Amino acid sequence: MDNHASYKSLINIWLFLIFLTVVTVGAAQIDFGALNVLIAIFIASIKAGVVAYHFMHLKHEDGLTWIYASYPIFLLFLLISFTLTDMFSRVIN
Amino acid sequence: MGIFGITSKLIKSIAYPSEMVPSIEEDDGHHHFDAVTEHEGAKLGMWLFLATELLLFGGLFAAYAIYRAKYPEMFMQGSKSLDVVLGSVNTVILIFSSLTVAIAVKAIQENRIKLVKIMLWVTIICAAIFAVNKYFEYTYKFGKGIFPGTDIFYSIYFAATGVHMLHVFIGMAVLGVLLRKVYKGKYSKDNYTAIEIGGLYWHLVDLIWIYLFPLLYLVG
Repeated sequence: MDNHASYKSLINIWLFLIFLTVVTVGAAQIDFGALNVLIAIFIASIKAGVVAYHFMHLKHEDGLTWIYASYPIFLLFLLISFTLTDMFSRVIN
Repeated sequence: MGIFGITSKLIKSIAYPSEMVPSIEEDDGHHHFDAVTEHEGAKLGMWLFLATELLLFGGLFAAYAIYRAKYPEMFMQGSKSLDVVLGSVNTVILIFSSLTVAIAVKAIQENRIKLVKIMLWVTIICAAIFAVNKYFEYTYKFGKGIFPGTDIFYSIYFAATGVHMLHVFIGMAVLGVLLRKVYKGKYSKDNYTAIEIGGLYWHLVDLIWIYLFPLLYLVG
């Protein structure tokens, strides 16, 4: 039960998250075609990572907590990638 | 046990996890678990719960991926009809409420009870503003004759934001219970597990929105 980051660093992290929000809204106004989705998901993942690492204290957690936090992401990847692969590899939709 | 019984038990297990753990009486009548073990165990339990929450939304994200790949045009048009300004404002509000919860956890670790109260109040107010904005968004859509059944995009939009909204309300209830217990003087720097894992739940609500916002509002 040790003390973690200072108030100032928490606020700095928040400012960084706001900055990324502005970037993601800005990037969406430019047409990159199919890349737009990937850019949006990439920026969202950075934001989610920052929230989990700093605000949710993953920084200070042990390996077991890291496994608990990351395995649903792996399951989500399986769920989405395999359903999409299945869908696109069918002759009759 | 009815729906209210289950809900209150769920909120209780999040807000006061230590009371849900059956204590094993030793011969001397003391509790079996020491405070640090209990703190770590409660946190790990919360992370496991958050994993199941992520998979609950995972189904919706999978549906989004499939139908977006199938009907890109529908998603483009649907996405363009959503209010980016209101969505951005709600994003900023939720990220700010994540900050205030993080500060509340930090403050209770330093025994700054007054700061904890202020931060929890601010978080609950942010959640309420988020809900009001969402209410205006929904009623505006209904007014234009757009309902969950209008097309697949709006089905996913209403389902995803609706389930998220439910989490905002549960989060508000959890934070409210925590705030009441802070006023009763239940927490201190040696006993703040409930605030920390209640905070974890609130951060999850923020995490889900971080993905929902660009996927629904921006990718158009």
